[in-house]
This record gives sequence, C-alpha cells and structure tokens, in this order.
Amino acid sequence: MNLRQIRIALWIAVAAALVGVAAMRLLPRDAEVSEAAFRPAFSLPDIAGQVRSMEDFRGRYLLVFFGFTNCPDVCPTTMSEVAEVMDDLGPDADRVQPLFISIDPERDLALGLDDYLAAFHPSILGLAGDAEATRAAAASFRIFYEREEDAAAPDGYTMSHSPALYLVGPDGDWLRQFTYGTPAPDILKDLQERL
Amino acid sequence: MKHMALALAVLTVPSAALACEAVTIGDISVRHPWSRATIGAARPAVFYVEITNAGATDDALTGIATPAAGMPMLHETVVRDGVASMPHAASVPVPAGETVRLAPGGYHGMLMGLTAALAEGESFPVTLTFETAGEVTVEVPVLSIRAEKSPCAAAE
Repeated sequence: MNLRQIRIALWIAVAAALVGVAAMRLLPRDAEVSEAAFRPAFSLPDIAGQVRSMEDFRGRYLLVFFGFTNCPDVCPTTMSEVAEVMDDLGPDADRVQPLFISIDPERDLALGLDDYLAAFHPSILGLAGDAEATRAAAASFRIFYEREEDAAAPDGYTMSHSPALYLVGPDGDWLRQFTYGTPAPDILKDLQERL
Repeated sequence: MKHMALALAVLTVPSAALACEAVTIGDISVRHPWSRATIGAARPAVFYVEITNAGATDDALTGIATPAAGMPMLHETVVRDGVASMPHAASVPVPAGETVRLAPGGYHGMLMGLTAALAEGESFPVTLTFETAGEVTVEVPVLSIRAEKSPCAAAE
C-alpha cells in the first residue's frame, strides 16, 4: 500500500465512523418506538407497606409515571392529565390503574405521598421503595432519572427525569409512551380504543 | 351581619374579576396569573402568568416577590433528549411586541418556603420586576391542584 492508498483508506474509516456516530445519535429514539415488546418489572411498597409488583396488576392497563412530589410544574401537570383521563373513562376506569413511582422516595415519604396523589385522583397509587428498588424499576422501564445538586432548589437538590407516561398492557407488555404534554383527550382516546 | 356579608361579597367579586384583566406598567402588561393549591406548605407552589410587551424595545422579567413564599424564583422546565430538568432562570426575556407565557412545561415561578398552604379559592399578591418597565403587582388566584390553565384564558 502506498501513502496515497493509506490516506484514502483512513478517510474512508473516518467517513464510516462519522456515519456510525450519526446513526447512534439519530436512531435509538426512533428505534425505541418500533422496538419489540418488553415487560417492565418492579417490586416496590405502597404507602401501607404492601409490596406491589407487576403481577398484582395483570388484567389491567397500567399508566405509569416516574416523578417526585416536590416538583411544581411537570408532575402536577401530568397528574392532572391522568386524573382527567380517569374521570372521563367512566365505567372503564377500573380497568386502568395509574401508578406514581417516586424517584425521590425518602423525601416523598417524609412529605406524604398519599395525600398528594389523592388530591389529584383517588385511583392513583403511589409506590416508593428504597434507592436500589427504584433504580431497578426505572431500568426495567428503560427510563432515566438523576439527582441534581442545585442550591436554588428546596433542600439543595432537584430531580431530572423522563417525564412521559408509560402504558403497560393487561399481560404486562410495555405498549407505548405518552410524551410529556400529551393532552388528556388523546390519552383517553388511545385507551378507549384498547378497552 | 347582613351588611357585612354584602360588603364582603362586593369586596371579593371585583377582585376575582380583576384577575382576568391586564395590569399594565409602561409597555408591559401582565394578565391571567394563576397558581395551584398545595397539599401542606412543605412543597413548592407554582406561579403562572402571561406577559405582553407592547413596546419597541426588549424587556425581561428579572424577579418575582410575594409574601406567600420565602424564596420565590424563576425556573424553566426544559425537556431535552427525553429528560425533564428544571434549571433556575436568571431572567425571562420579554422581546418587543411579543407575549411570553409562564405556563406548564415552560417558564414558571417556583414558590419555595411557603408561609402557608395555598387553598383553592384564595389569592395572594405577586410583584414582578422587569428590567426596564419596573415593578408591577398582580393578585394571583389559587386554582384547583388539578388546574391546567387560567379560566380567563379559556374564556377568551
């Protein structure tokens, strides 16, 4: 191989690497939607201390949100949407179980999770486990959350998190996500088509 | 007693109506403020509002103050790559000729250190400070914890 051929080969390698990087950046989010069904799993206590897992909800649709109650904007907005959906489902509401999985369990338990969720809708079940069980639950839903130190936040930290609502089917399959800001009527329509 | 009730009714009705009207200072008008009821006082409350700059020069909302909270701040919900975070916003730009909304999923006032729980039906004052226009105070109605927008915005 002469120098020129080496140079061409290197440029081809660079181009291939760039295409690869671009594909990695662009593809995963689209691929996620068409990905084969997977089954999230969790084992987390409710406020009464009873450990709940996916099997407890077989036969029902689950609307799952990962959030924290010290969140003034995203979480109340999404819980309001969920409440509206549950009200508007009417008699079908008992086939849908909304879950709020705390990503800030220690503080949420100290502040009171049940009162908070009941203020939105009595059907919303709050789950708050230890750090390890919470990590495992989030990983099984393939979502992200993280504690961020922030002097301008209450107690000096806030949580960043995937703010979508996740729909799980009666057999435990992950079905889809409703991105943050999906209007309640759109979520309702999707559910009614499945019920 | 009857007179007192009447006086109270007269006092409360106009203030409720005022919430739907714009309060103006210089080129800036502020309207449709609202907040959500809170469960207890330990969690932060929220403040939403619409700001219009009718002038030809840009302005910015640089701060909020209220007797209802010890530490009111401006924040912005940012959803990037599917992850929501809520950084502190040093100021909210209000460009010339534009309307900017502090609304769910975007800029909002975060009211930390509440002096008391916010109950639906109550109201509290918030003073907004603008870089150029100065200060303006609005009375903020506390809506249901499930509220998603100002009833005034819906009525228009």
